[in-house]
Amino acid sequence: MTTLTTILRGNVRQYGMIIALAAIVLLFQRTTEGVLLKPINVSNLVVQNAQILILAIGMVIVIVARHIDLSVGSVAAFVGATGAILMTNYDVPWFLAVVICLAVGALIGAWHGFWVAYVGIPAFIVTLASMLLFRGLTLVILEGKTVGGLPENFKKMGNGFLPEVGPDTDLHNLTMLLGVVVVAVLVVLDLRRRAAAKRYNFEVLPFPLFALKQVVIGAVVMEFAYLLADARGLPIVGLILFALIGIYTFVMTRTVFGRHVYAIGGNVDAATMSGVNTRRVDFLVMTNMGLLAGLAGLVTTARLTAANPKAGVNFELDAIAAAFIGGAAVTGGVGTVVGAIIGGLVMGVLNNGMSLMGVSIDWQQAIKGLVLLAAVAFDVWNKRRTAGSGGAGAEKSEATPPPPAELVEEIEQLEHESSAESGVGRRGS
Amino acid sequence: MAQPILEMRSITKRFPGVLALSDVNLTVERGEIHAICGENGAGKSTLMKVLSGVYPHGSYEGDIVFEGEPVSFKDIRHSEQLGIVIIHQELALIPELSIAENIFLGNETATRGVINWDEANHRAIELMARVGLRENPLTPVKHLGIGKQQLVEIAKALSKDVKLLILDEPTAALNDDDSTHLLDLLKGLQGKGITSIMISHKLNEIERVADSITIIRDGRTIETLHVSEGAVDEDRIIRGMVGRDLAHRFPDHIPQIGEVLFEVRDWSVGHPHDHSRLVIQGANLKVRRGEIVGIAGLMGAGRTELARSIFGRSYGSNHSGAMFLDGREIHLRSVHHAIRAGIAYVSEDRKGLGLNLLDDIKTSISSAALHKLRRGFTVDEQEEVVVAEQYRRSFNIKAPSIAAGVRKLSGGNQQKVVLSKWMFTDPQLLILDEPTRGIDVGAKFEIYGIIQALAREGKGVLVISSELPELLGLCDRIYTLAEGGITHEFDKDDADQESLMRYMTVDAR
Repeated sequence: MTTLTTILRGNVRQYGMIIALAAIVLLFQRTTEGVLLKPINVSNLVVQNAQILILAIGMVIVIVARHIDLSVGSVAAFVGATGAILMTNYDVPWFLAVVICLAVGALIGAWHGFWVAYVGIPAFIVTLASMLLFRGLTLVILEGKTVGGLPENFKKMGNGFLPEVGPDTDLHNLTMLLGVVVVAVLVVLDLRRRAAAKRYNFEVLPFPLFALKQVVIGAVVMEFAYLLADARGLPIVGLILFALIGIYTFVMTRTVFGRHVYAIGGNVDAATMSGVNTRRVDFLVMTNMGLLAGLAGLVTTARLTAANPKAGVNFELDAIAAAFIGGAAVTGGVGTVVGAIIGGLVMGVLNNGMSLMGVSIDWQQAIKGLVLLAAVAFDVWNKRRTAGSGGAGAEKSEATPPPPAELVEEIEQLEHESSAESGVGRRGS
Repeated sequence: MAQPILEMRSITKRFPGVLALSDVNLTVERGEIHAICGENGAGKSTLMKVLSGVYPHGSYEGDIVFEGEPVSFKDIRHSEQLGIVIIHQELALIPELSIAENIFLGNETATRGVINWDEANHRAIELMARVGLRENPLTPVKHLGIGKQQLVEIAKALSKDVKLLILDEPTAALNDDDSTHLLDLLKGLQGKGITSIMISHKLNEIERVADSITIIRDGRTIETLHVSEGAVDEDRIIRGMVGRDLAHRFPDHIPQIGEVLFEVRDWSVGHPHDHSRLVIQGANLKVRRGEIVGIAGLMGAGRTELARSIFGRSYGSNHSGAMFLDGREIHLRSVHHAIRAGIAYVSEDRKGLGLNLLDDIKTSISSAALHKLRRGFTVDEQEEVVVAEQYRRSFNIKAPSIAAGVRKLSGGNQQKVVLSKWMFTDPQLLILDEPTRGIDVGAKFEIYGIIQALAREGKGVLVISSELPELLGLCDRIYTLAEGGITHEFDKDDADQESLMRYMTVDAR
């Protein structure tokens, strides 16, 4: 019964956006006659979209927690401007300025968190206010002007690349090495997940398919590393981004805090009645968004080599679109960091591909709007379709399979140990 | 005798898996006040929803004859056109709108879509006079007390040329004066030819105003009593309401009762918004180790409010009184504190407060005690699976695997997941609010077994239930609750349904 079609059908939601991204990449690869995947263009794609992807990570967490943050573009501009002023007017060393700026971002996020979590004002309104407030303050501190002349080391944050090591090859050695490490880590993690799932009798991909999946993912990562290595190596901002993806995926899937975010997004009343400090979670989620908005602001300023009063306009909309294209639910409780990144890449590739084709900026905007609507409509349609039948893989089999022998042993061991005080444990065994 | 205004014949209404009404007959004479009595869940509200078109024709079996004509309502508007108006227990007024706007909502006096407010306000004053409401018709409804809001509802009904007025628990939220006024008003409307059907738990009120009383039990008509044909008193009504054997079977259980585990003294709780109104007044109760203690009360008596206020003050305001666990006074300021102190509360609202329906079984089970699975920064997912699998086996949760989503489980299995979730918090005191609501008989039996096993482990169990046979079969001791106060305490052997019902319907104020 586990034929390829049923597996694909059950995982459309999970893989749909990856397939869509691949389709868009292939489409533009054709229409741009191969320019899209030229090494230098891939390198540019990473550098140009990093700030939106950083924001998308924070935004998807905010959306999972059933909020929204409209202020991130203004906050990014404000923090970037603060950094530029600190480094030029006050000669603050660049690394100290970065630390101060991240603290300012987190503080602004905490300000939002205070109003949202403890006063109870909807995040839409609080952050709408901040969108205006910090755009205005950016203009005030920059006095309406562009502030440049930033330290070289700071600018590397936006457009620098990893240093080279080892012998002189045609490729960037460190980038290729990192690619190999990432593939190894991904394969090991997935093998462990598969082993655990099998141990508990959850449905897993048949091994050939599993192996194919590893090969495909490995090939994509290595191709990506190769393209970057063929250009200028991994951009520093790319390194920051990959680190953030790893950290936030871990936080959202493996930590108590991540569980709490999904719990309050799924049913805030049930979470409250389960002892979750919902206000604290809301507060931290908004604070984190501020921190990441600050980081995005620094990255943008570094890339543009100057703080600009108009920097970051519409960043919030791109980040929100990325989260929704990546499968987040407006009602909260659903969404993943990786999904938001894929959503952000869909938007980024669309921008880049259309620009290469010479599509005017007006049409780009219009087409991106339709893509957002189409992505969410697909998601809604897909959810409705699977609501009646099956759904996620594990729910498809009808009978209750007995747990595997070793697990039974483990449970019986536990039951035996606790049988002195537990009458319940013995029932039904 | 003249032709009755309403006859409902052989009404049968099925919900998936539940027979809500079975062959119910109701005859209401023109110009009378007809009371409908029955326990919670007996089918009174369902019957009224069939009558008013909330459940449209075709979704039930049987016939409705109104004023001699067979009728088949498509929706509420349809029944209202013929003069049948229902006033629900939760008032359907819009707080921000004025009295006049509310009275004519959905029924505006308009010419080509434009409302003539002078005429509307003028008519509103007339209607308000008929119900004895002396207020400015422009006053927003939110500034009125609950009693006057009830009058606005009746005025609204009168504006629709009502012939048959249905009131669902009209006095449940009213104080004595307002109740008296409302009942007098019903009598007055009766004099003007308006027939009323009143659902009420307050037997003294029924005795005062009703001409006929139909008793419904387990979705069936038991009998109709006519005041004109002889004495109808509260005892007679109670006997009709509860007169059945213990229909449920319970697993064998020998209680092993120990020391006092939990005690609440002089516990009072204010309404969350209206701080001056006390929802719980000076409640005292004790639970011993190994003891299953019941709380019997009708809807609106404050059962859930009492439980939730105990559970980390998750309901209400201005909490006063003291709480003791194992003889030590405890102050529970949040749900988190309550869980850590060893109290668990299984809500009556399984889907609203008990579960995140997006979750699977294992994450639901661990959700209230994630701290037990914390290893450094991470959740120990291996351990989580072992724990969930253990509960699936011991509570016999029927699902393909513990990775199955809880949304798709049956009510009984969902309830077992919720029980597992709370057992995993290692509680000393379990508060179970309607633990078997919406659950089929087989699963009920299993859940009773789980509750009894918990008691044998030395935990204290507090069970809130609308089903008196359930309390009588399960509990070692039962408190009755009426209007926020504990009215009596019964030992298992002294309690029967009649005596419980008597103390549940006492007017505590």
